Amino acid sequence: MSTKEIRLLSVSAILGYGFPEASLKAGMARKPDMIGVDGGSVDPGPHYLGAGIPFCSPIAIKRDLRLMLHAAIEAGIPMVIGTCGGAGGNPHLDLVAGMARDIAREDGLSFKMALIRAEQDKAEIKRRIAAGGIHPLAHQPELTDAVVDRATRIVGMMGPEPFIEALDNGAQVVLAGRSSDPAPWAAMCIRAQLPPAPAWYAGKMLECGATPSIPKGHDSLFVTVRDDHMDCEPCNPIRRCTPLSIANHSLHENSSPIHHIEPGGMLDTSDCRFDALSDRAVRISGMKWNPAAQYTVKLEGVELAGYRAICVAGTRDPLLIGRLDHFLESVRAEVATKAAAFGATPDTYRLGFRVYGRDGVMAEREPKRDAEPHEVGFVIEVVSQQSREMAAAVLGVARANMLHTDFPGRLCREGNMAFPFSPSDIDVGPVYRFSVFHVADVADPCELFPIEYEMVR
Amino acid sequence: MTLIRDAARVCKSKNAGPFELTIDVVFDDASVFQKVKATGVLCPALFARLYNVPEEHVLFTPYDAAFAFKATFPRLVPAGEFGDTDVYGCQQHAPLLDVDLPI
Repeated sequence: MSTKEIRLLSVSAILGYGFPEASLKAGMARKPDMIGVDGGSVDPGPHYLGAGIPFCSPIAIKRDLRLMLHAAIEAGIPMVIGTCGGAGGNPHLDLVAGMARDIAREDGLSFKMALIRAEQDKAEIKRRIAAGGIHPLAHQPELTDAVVDRATRIVGMMGPEPFIEALDNGAQVVLAGRSSDPAPWAAMCIRAQLPPAPAWYAGKMLECGATPSIPKGHDSLFVTVRDDHMDCEPCNPIRRCTPLSIANHSLHENSSPIHHIEPGGMLDTSDCRFDALSDRAVRISGMKWNPAAQYTVKLEGVELAGYRAICVAGTRDPLLIGRLDHFLESVRAEVATKAAAFGATPDTYRLGFRVYGRDGVMAEREPKRDAEPHEVGFVIEVVSQQSREMAAAVLGVARANMLHTDFPGRLCREGNMAFPFSPSDIDVGPVYRFSVFHVADVADPCELFPIEYEMVR
Repeated sequence: MTLIRDAARVCKSKNAGPFELTIDVVFDDASVFQKVKATGVLCPALFARLYNVPEEHVLFTPYDAAFAFKATFPRLVPAGEFGDTDVYGCQQHAPLLDVDLPI
C-alpha cells in the first residue's frame, strides 16, 4: 500500500466545448499534479476522421487550449490531451500542435512538447493481417487488404503507455492522436505507482469533465486518486457529484456496466461502491483490474461512401399525408427515370426520404409510425457514388418531383411541399462510413504510436 | 400502474461504439431498484420486443451498485451510415417510457 495520491483536473468534456475560467482557477487552487481534457470522440460519426477536420471549431479549441497552457506552465505541471482535434488522425493532431506553437509565440510561453501519433501505415496493417494479428470487433467481418486500401484514414487507439513514455522523457505538454479516453489520466496514476484499477476508473470519470455531476454541463472536474479509491468533486460550486450522478456516469457509452474492456485489460466495476463524502463529493471504491493475456490496440478507419446533397421541406396537406408511402414511391420511380436519362443509374446513388413527424428519429423501430400527424417534415437525401455534381443533379429531380408529382385526390395543384429556404438544396460534400473496427495484437503497447519531441518557445 | 417515466430517475440511450446502442434505466435507490428487479419486467425479451431485435442479440445487465439496468444491442445501421437517423444514438429511449412496472 502506498500513501501516494495523484490529483487530476479535467477542464471539460471535450477540448473546444468550453468551461468557465473560474472553474479552472478553482481547480488549480487545489494544486493538481496534471491538467488535461479529452480532445475527441468517435460519437460525432465517421465524417471527421475521413475529412481530417475537428467537430469543434478551431476558434473554440484555441480558447480552451490557451487557458490550459497558461495554467499548466504557471504551475509547472503537465498538460495532457488525448484524441486531439476530435478524431486523433495526423491532420487533427497537427492542427492542435500548431495552435500550441502559436499560443506559445503569441504569449511568450516555453515548454517541451510531445506529439504522439496514432495514424496507421496501411502497409504495416496489411503485414499484420497476413500474420493473423488483426481481429474484428462488434461482429464486423475480418479485415482484408482491400478494405485497408480503400480506407481514407486508419487510427490506432493508444492506452496509457505512450503517455507514460512521453511524461518520463520530460514533456510538459503532451498532445496525442487517437487515445482511449481514460488513458492520459490512467497514465499519470500508473507512473506514480498507483494500481491500475483506480487509475483507469479515475480516467473514466475525468474524460467527460463535469459530466458526472449535476446539473450536467461542460465544466471542470477534480479527482484525487489513492491506492484503492478515488474522490470526485466538481470545481464549479453550482454543481455537485452525488452517488447517483457518479453511478449514472459509470454506465456511459459502454456495452456492459460492469466489464469495461481497455487496452491491456478489463476494468471490473461489479463491486464498486459510491459513497457521499459531502453533499458534492463522492468516493468510489471496489473497482478491480484484470490484465489481458494479450495486449490489443483498437483500430478505427473510415472510407469514402459518396457525396451527399440534401433538401428540407414539409407538407401540411392531410390528403398527401394520408397516402405518403404511395406518394414517395411514385416520386422515387420518377427520379429513377429522369436521373437515368442524364447518366445517374439507380445503382450509382441512394435516395432517402426522412419523414419527421412520423419515423424520422427511430426509423423502422418507431412503434407509433401509424399515428397520423397533421404536418410532416422531410429531409430529402441523395448520396451519389459518382460526384458532388451528380448528387446535386439527382436531388434537384427529387425536389422538383416532391413539389409537383400528382397523387389521387390532390387539391393542392400548385405544389405539395413548403420549402423553408431558398436555395432549397444543400451540398453536404463527401460522406464517409466506418470500415475498420478491429483490434491489433501488439507485443509493445507503444509500437504503433511514435513520439516526436520539440522545444516550443 | 407505474410507468418507467414516473418511476425511473434516468432513462436514456446512447451509442456504445459505432455499431451498438445501449439503453440505461436507473432508479433512485436500492429499494425501488430491487422491487423493479423482482417484477422481471426489465429483461432481454422486453428490449427484443420494443426494438425488434433478436433476444440473443441483447446484452442485458442489472447493475446493483448503480441501481441500474443496461441493455445493449446492435444499431439498425452503423453510426453515420446511409439511413442512420440518430448519429449519437441518444433519442432511442422513448418506447421504454411507457412500459408499466407492477411495483
